[in-house]
Amino acid sequence: MALALDILSWFLILVGGAFGIIGGIGLLRLPDFFSRIHAASITDSMCAPCIIGGLMLQSGLTLVTVKLAFLIVFLFLTSPTASHALAKAALHGGLDPGEEHPSARTRQAQGDAAREGAQG
Amino acid sequence: MSFLAHYNYHLAIILAMIGLYTMISRTNLVKKVAGLNIFQVSVFILFISLGVLDGGTVPILKEGYSAYSNPLPHVLILTAIVVGVATTAVALALVVRIHEAYGTVEEDQVQAKDEEP
Amino acid sequence: MDTVIDVLLLAFLAICAVSILRLRDLFAMAMMFGLFSLISAGLFTTMHAPDVAFTEAAVGAGISTILILATLAQTARREQPVPTRSKWLPLAIVCVTGAALIYGTVDLPAFGDPAAPAHNHVAPYYLQESYNDIGIPNVVASILASYRGYDTLGEVVVVFSAVIGVLALLGLRARPPGIVAGPVRRLDHRAVLKVIAKLVVPVILLFALYVQFHGEYSPGGGFQAGVIFAAAIILYALVFGLDEARRVIKPQLLQRLPAIGVLIFGGVGLLTMLLGGNYLAYNALGENPQKAQQTGIILVEIGVGVTVASVMLLIYFTFAERGRGRKADEGDGGSSA
Repeated sequence: MALALDILSWFLILVGGAFGIIGGIGLLRLPDFFSRIHAASITDSMCAPCIIGGLMLQSGLTLVTVKLAFLIVFLFLTSPTASHALAKAALHGGLDPGEEHPSARTRQAQGDAAREGAQG
Repeated sequence: MSFLAHYNYHLAIILAMIGLYTMISRTNLVKKVAGLNIFQVSVFILFISLGVLDGGTVPILKEGYSAYSNPLPHVLILTAIVVGVATTAVALALVVRIHEAYGTVEEDQVQAKDEEP
Repeated sequence: MDTVIDVLLLAFLAICAVSILRLRDLFAMAMMFGLFSLISAGLFTTMHAPDVAFTEAAVGAGISTILILATLAQTARREQPVPTRSKWLPLAIVCVTGAALIYGTVDLPAFGDPAAPAHNHVAPYYLQESYNDIGIPNVVASILASYRGYDTLGEVVVVFSAVIGVLALLGLRARPPGIVAGPVRRLDHRAVLKVIAKLVVPVILLFALYVQFHGEYSPGGGFQAGVIFAAAIILYALVFGLDEARRVIKPQLLQRLPAIGVLIFGGVGLLTMLLGGNYLAYNALGENPQKAQQTGIILVEIGVGVTVASVMLLIYFTFAERGRGRKADEGDGGSSA
């Protein structure tokens, strides 16, 4: 039983770390601002609770586990809110989300083709 | 192997020198304040490293533990951190007033404006 | 293993510091500054100093970063470096100073050595006698509030004088000509932020009270609690507007609270003198010496918490009020009247 809990907590911590690394790679490699926020926010909302869940399994049924559970709830509430605030500030500052996306050109081309098909 | 025995101190000093370089080579006043803070944090790291005990733990008394790290540097650094933020607050207030008076926060432009007749 | 973690964290700190040095965009520099404080808090935790880590995370990554951002919002956004300025003289000074300091630390005892003088004079006394004298588990709190109480009194007075300095510089009514206070912006479209702030601010305030009073049994105490309390109100001010936050805590009360906190701390000392002991000798406060010490520590920490919370809040409100309606210039010359 203790071994199963140990393995599970190791797995959770490693998965959390992997999420963090994936988020970091996304932050560096994605083309524009809003997709970068998307990558960082989603992986961050998974990474920290996974690691904390692994730590909860390590510490058994003590007061520390309750405090860690509160931490998970707090992080779930505030971390996506921070990304939301960031995206809203960027919109307010004038950064246009639709401008640089590569599929925008494809959509525009499809719209043009549809209009030509409707006329022809 | 002096490096392995003293690596904390050496790395803290390197950090302090980065902070010192920021303070003396950059002309922007806000950046100088940030460099001052880097210097302060590196001094804190140096002090806390002096109090660490090998095999010791956090200095909160609990049954089952007998070796604790030295709590006295923790107390001194707690004071130092709060005094540091007080200093930073006053420094940044001065920067705001300088900007209102001179229109710029670059040190060389402020000095040039002062030397104008 | 500890060595590896320490070296990694210190390397990250050095990278952060170099990026603070080189970034031209000052808002990005402010964010790296917050990151620097947070990593140093992690470093303090691995060096067995959670009280210090707590304070550094709250103060450095919280209050200092907010003050730098508030300053940047009123001054320039980008740094304008001078290309003709020589970089070699500062580099030479820094290298010589660094070499001299490293030469000086070679004689220090090895990191963690139990035979070092730091572990052999006063520290064993505090660790062994603290439970008999005072009776609380957190030795850092007992040293801070009781054994070295004079230092803490001095520190509270330093914080108080800082708020006097900031108020004298920025808080009086004179505003430079041509700057008017900006209009109050409606924030109705920030629904998500408002809901989350309403959920989270009471929890933060409760946590501040917990840290204040549980600081004798776990890392915590007056400073951390004061900063967390101020952070909750600053969050409220950021989401709902400065005027709403001023309605929560009236300015007249807020301006008197730092002095009240210092008076509480100094008053405990006077009380012990009136009861027959020395200044800040808590044993005079009661029959049982341990209970008397704990009473003294609680009162003194309340004074510290009140002063630190009100000072941080007052400084933030002063900066925010001064910067109302002003925009930072982008950094191209920036020479106004």
